[in-house]
Amino acid sequence: MAAKRVGKRTIRLQNPPFIIATGTIVGPQEGKGPLADDFDVVSPNYTLGQKTPEQAEMRFLEEAAKIALEKAGLQPHQVDYMLAGDLLNQIISSSFAARQLGIPYLGLYGACSTFAEGVGLGSMIIDGGFADRVLVAVSSHYQTAERQYRYPIELNIQRKLTASYTVTGSGVAVLSNQGQGTRVTLVTVGVVLDLGIKDPNDMGSAMAPAAADTLFWHFSDTGTRPEDYDMILTGDLGRVGRVMLLEVLKDKGIILEDNYNDCGLMIYSDKQKVGAGGSGCACSAVVTLGHILRRMQNGELSKVLVASTGALLSPLSYQQGESVPGIAHAIVLER
Amino acid sequence: MANKLDEEQRKKDAYQRLVARKKPKPRGFRNFVVAFIVGGLICVVGQVVLSIFIARGMSQDQAAAPTLAVMIFIGALATGLGIYDYLGEFAGAGAAVPITGFSNTIVAAAMDFKREGYVLGMGAKMFLIAGPVLVFGIITAIFVGAIHLLTS
Repeated sequence: MAAKRVGKRTIRLQNPPFIIATGTIVGPQEGKGPLADDFDVVSPNYTLGQKTPEQAEMRFLEEAAKIALEKAGLQPHQVDYMLAGDLLNQIISSSFAARQLGIPYLGLYGACSTFAEGVGLGSMIIDGGFADRVLVAVSSHYQTAERQYRYPIELNIQRKLTASYTVTGSGVAVLSNQGQGTRVTLVTVGVVLDLGIKDPNDMGSAMAPAAADTLFWHFSDTGTRPEDYDMILTGDLGRVGRVMLLEVLKDKGIILEDNYNDCGLMIYSDKQKVGAGGSGCACSAVVTLGHILRRMQNGELSKVLVASTGALLSPLSYQQGESVPGIAHAIVLER
Repeated sequence: MANKLDEEQRKKDAYQRLVARKKPKPRGFRNFVVAFIVGGLICVVGQVVLSIFIARGMSQDQAAAPTLAVMIFIGALATGLGIYDYLGEFAGAGAAVPITGFSNTIVAAAMDFKREGYVLGMGAKMFLIAGPVLVFGIITAIFVGAIHLLTS
């Protein structure tokens, strides 16, 4: 077996890369949430001065990347690769932002799991000796996601209790083989799982089996138990998916306790009218890079497991009656 | 092989039963009441407009068309001001069923797709939501009209 592999699905990085800088920017709804102070920039509007929501999302990603580079004290040409992804068709937000930055670019699509996918891949590239520094960027935007997956923005429609609310914003991490602080130590890549959930307004339930599967294999591969982590996070299962995850894991003999939370539930308060909670690529990215990393730097947390979850549907697939496949990738952050 | 497929199917069925059992149920009673009240209030506004036209000397039949035009305008204006989607979120069918809601579906789509240009964007996609209502509404009207013609 390859030297850095552990068990069936997990990779233990030999020289775990450092997260040397982060950039997080969010929109107005996230600015009203309990984590607002942890983000670098809270935009009071959805547009950032752009004409269309799609251009705005690209700007969100570009701004977050600039903030992260500035904090790292790096120019774009000093970064070897940019790994980025978002939810829009042909991942235009990422590619168009990459057009401005001029860093060698690899586009990713893992729906809302793209954050962990990017950090995992970036860490492997660095640990493999193919790069010194990698920039990982993801974005999502409430209005662009509504337009692509659901309905026109101003349409009168009642949000289902199971439906999530796409986080507006972007999270960027600069990974490096040198530095100090938080490191990425383990990566567990998930399989696509589909248990036949067809409701596009209930992506939490569609993704929960994949999240449970990835967490199960992570614990089994590494010989760890949930209590070995200061915190275990899922990306955007929301209120409904969270319940399903706990049920499915219980069937597999794993009980998640108080150290488990979901980024989609942390980013908004109960008073905000956001259905089942936050979702989108930016959800797990800004919560992890803004909130969790700050708490790790403070010394409150030292070992955190983040499993970003993605629903791999398209508007076409659900209109054709297909079910919603889910995926989850897990990364472990340690300091 | 067949056994493995059966096993997969059993797993799927069991999970779908779990989801059906655990997922939150829509707040039926609250939704009925709010839809009734808000929908009713919109109709009251319509009735007031109708009464004004009649008071100005129109017959009931004459007043119907301008009343609809006014209500469609109010729905469009509220959509443009970004209010109607909140009303929809609050009142559900109470906001969707009156003609103001129909107006909202067209204006919301027009606003959204204007960014992709007036021809291929707004022009082509304005009836994205309203289109099916029109198509099946008109087909139904033809059938009902034919039945009326044959029976009278």
